[in-house]
Amino acid sequence: MSGGILEGKKVLITGVLTEASIAFATARLAQEQGATVVLSNFGRALSLCQRIAKRLPQEAAVVELDVTDPEHLSTLADRLREQGFDRLDGVVHSIGFAPQEAMGEGFPEVAWEHAATAFQVSSWSYASLTQACRPLLATPSSVVGLTFDASVAWPVYGWMGAAKAALESVSRYVARELGPEGVRSNIVAAGPLRSMAMKSIPGSKQFEEAWEGRAPLGWSVTDTEPAGKAVVALLSDWFPATTGEIVHVDGGFHAVGV
Amino acid sequence: MSSTQEIQSGLAEILEEVAGVSPADATPEKSFTDDLDVDSLSMVEIATAVEDKFGVAIPDDQLANIKTVGDAISFIEKNQ
Repeated sequence: MSGGILEGKKVLITGVLTEASIAFATARLAQEQGATVVLSNFGRALSLCQRIAKRLPQEAAVVELDVTDPEHLSTLADRLREQGFDRLDGVVHSIGFAPQEAMGEGFPEVAWEHAATAFQVSSWSYASLTQACRPLLATPSSVVGLTFDASVAWPVYGWMGAAKAALESVSRYVARELGPEGVRSNIVAAGPLRSMAMKSIPGSKQFEEAWEGRAPLGWSVTDTEPAGKAVVALLSDWFPATTGEIVHVDGGFHAVGV
Repeated sequence: MSSTQEIQSGLAEILEEVAGVSPADATPEKSFTDDLDVDSLSMVEIATAVEDKFGVAIPDDQLANIKTVGDAISFIEKNQ
């Protein structure tokens, strides 16, 4: 398609696992808007990502990236160049993980090792992914992450919620440091979506019920397109003076009381 | 259209590739989780591979009902 808002842009999209992933909707929409997309995933999720990459409008290349592996990070730029990505105009951080021990009830009882994993994979990795991509980042370029509104405490989300709050802060620091290089950093706060990420949270059904009654625009837990569209918009040139921002894509849930 | 035999052997190939299940173990009465140690991530990959190989669509709510190799075979037979 010509004339799309990402025409000619090169974008790395992490975290595509299934067609229900927000990252998958983002990759599809980005391609429809003219972007060339490369995906990343790691470990056992890599082969699933490679299968799903074939279901995009244009099959995307997949590179391996485990954000807890320093070598994966230090070699990322070179490995992207090998895939024909001599520069990046956009990076989508769709990475989060907390061990089961760090979620559910019993928040104060959780051991540091479990909380630490949540912070390393879900928060710190936003900065380290950006740094790994930095040699390739164009001026201007855009980094976009995904959160679940971390301004309040949720049931069952536990240390994943604390890690998301950290992620939101990390994005602001990245915005501050890389702004002078023309790099924007923004976060999309999506409502609950039935991706593998959400299904792995025990008791996450209660989020769906809460959204049903409260979101002024209504909310579909199976429609990842609104979140994907917001990510694509933030990757585009249509938010040229926006950085360190959090855009809520939640049907308006965050803006209203009961 | 694939025959029951073709579906069973095609499924066994996928199980071996994705989850390292020996084809001899991929018999209809086997439970994916209890007998073959297939976890939820592998189950999603198996479903994706089945969709690609047999041209079926497996919605999430249906996937939750597929407990055994035999369930998968009959799902593919009915929906291909």
